[in-house]
Formats: sequence, structure tokens, C-alpha cells
Amino acid sequence: MHELSIVASLFETLDEQAQEHGAKRIAGVTLKIGRLSGVVPELLASAFDMYKKGTIAEEATLTVEVVPLRVRCRACGEERHVESYVFLCAACTSPDLEILEGTEMILERVELEAD
Amino acid sequence: MTTKDVIVLADLLGTNKKIAADIRTELERRGILAVNLLSSPGAGKTTLLEQIAVRLRDTARMAVIEGDIETERDAERIRAKGVPAWQITTGGACHLEAKMIARILPEVPPESEYLFIENVGNLVCPASYELGESLRFVLLSTPEGDDKPKKYPKAFTTSDVLVLTKADLLPYLPFDLAKVQAEALELNPRLRIFVTSAVTGQGLDELLAFLTAARRDLAARHA
Repeated sequence: MHELSIVASLFETLDEQAQEHGAKRIAGVTLKIGRLSGVVPELLASAFDMYKKGTIAEEATLTVEVVPLRVRCRACGEERHVESYVFLCAACTSPDLEILEGTEMILERVELEAD
Repeated sequence: MTTKDVIVLADLLGTNKKIAADIRTELERRGILAVNLLSSPGAGKTTLLEQIAVRLRDTARMAVIEGDIETERDAERIRAKGVPAWQITTGGACHLEAKMIARILPEVPPESEYLFIENVGNLVCPASYELGESLRFVLLSTPEGDDKPKKYPKAFTTSDVLVLTKADLLPYLPFDLAKVQAEALELNPRLRIFVTSAVTGQGLDELLAFLTAARRDLAARHA
């Protein structure tokens, strides 16, 4: 359950963004969370709701976009989604795969409100 | 009231990653091989470190950072082997973060060749936090069962080495060694696997030879 400490660092970034743009409130937050990021979107949402009380994001809605795991084979160039955590190229069986996306934890967008 | 949509694209773990990168640069410059050990509680991380201390003989060559939720017990076990050890008690947090390691770094003796960081016993959360290590070890003990790699994929996909511990119990357990090795390699084809026992000493000389070679390579790269 490390979602709360991830949300704590999210709020540091939210404060910075609000200050930089002179915003009074944050109305919406959108995160991109990879399937192999190691966090659970539902727990992240509960941690966000717990944390936001009394902050500039008190009324904010959280949107979590889950990013599937996608790899490219360095041997044959095949690109595909990995469903069952088998990190061997389905086309040529090479283990030399590059993870293109699916491990990220990104604050993608904030919706800011001024008076 | 005006509203504004801002695209941020900030990594939520960006601060931790930056501190970890600085730690890695500093340790590699000092010729210290840092190893981050992950496992569930009771898999044998501290016991493995005791066994490494015995085999390294000159214990001034290693230093250990112990992460636990409470108590100084693990650091005391390591100090009893003559190895400098620091205990981080997280007071409830389920993982170590790079900033906790950064605070201890200035105290690590200059003659150290290895810095082992024993993470909080947990196969989930520590996998998301780089600590500036050069190598990540995941330990899995035979009594935990052979189904763990696929259940906790992140710990296995982000590790360099899998240490299977308590191999002396294999005759008494329904633990399929071939299956666990095959499944771990499906998750991470680059994983090095060592089958070990602290009771019989199985696999420990091989593991030590691997560590020695990794330390030599690191020192040669930064000579």
C-alpha cells in the first residue's frame, strides 16, 4: 500500500502547478497509470480522496487512464501488447524486448480554476 | 471564473528517480556496488547477508543498510558479524525511498566495496522505488510456494537476480523448482537465478563469485 506516498508526491506537483499558473482551485486531475506500474488504480483513487480534504484540490475529480503493457522486439521489430507477462517475442521468441509503455505513473493533465 | 487545462506530463516518482540517479552516480564513482534486496518477510534476506559476510571474510569490504517498519534487530545481527550497519525504521511505511538512503551515504566507509540495502519485507511496494542500486536481488524462499513470480510480476521483472532460498527444504515441500525458474524467466529473460541454502551452503559460493565479478566490472568501468 504505497499509493498514499505516491499521492503525497502528486500533491507536491499539484501545488507547484497551481502556484505557477496562479490558480485558486484544482477541478480535475488526470493520471496515466501503466498496468505494470505497481500501483492499483482503485487504491490510488481512495488515497487521493483521503488526501485532498482541506487542500486546493478538495473538489477535484480524479481520472485514471490505465495504460496497457506494450513491447517491441529488438530482433524482429514486432510490436504488441503483453497480456500474460510472458516477456518473449510472440513472433520470433527473442527475449530482447523493449518496453514501450505500461510501466509509467504520470500526472498527465490538471484542470485549474482562477477566480 | 476562468478555468485552464494544463498538460503536465510529470513522473509521479520523478523526485525519487532523480535522487536515486544521484546516489548511483556517487556510489559507482566510489567503486561501491550497491545491491537492493527485495522479498516477502521471512524469505531470508538478513540470513543471506550474514552468509555473504562470512564468505567475504574481510568484512570491512561490505556495509549494510537495513529497512524495517520497527526494531533495530536486523542491524544488530549484521553488526554481530563485524559489518557496519545502519537501521532505517520506516514507522509503518511499506518500502524504502531513495531520500532515506541519501541521508546515510556520507557515513558509508570509503573502503567499502559493497553496499547491501535490505528493503522492507514486501514483494509489492519496494519494486516501484529505485534506491540507486547497481543490482536488484529478489529472494523467494521455498516455503512461500512456486506460484509467486506470476503473482508479483513487478518484483521479478525489475530484478537482475533471483535468489531461491531454503533449498534444503525442497524434499519436504511441493515446490516445483523447474516451474518457478521457467516462469521467472518468462517474466524476465535476463534474470540470473541462484538456488541456495544457508543451512547446507548450496549455491552461496556461486552467488559470491557473481557479486565479486560484478564489483570488479564496476570498479574497472570507473577506474
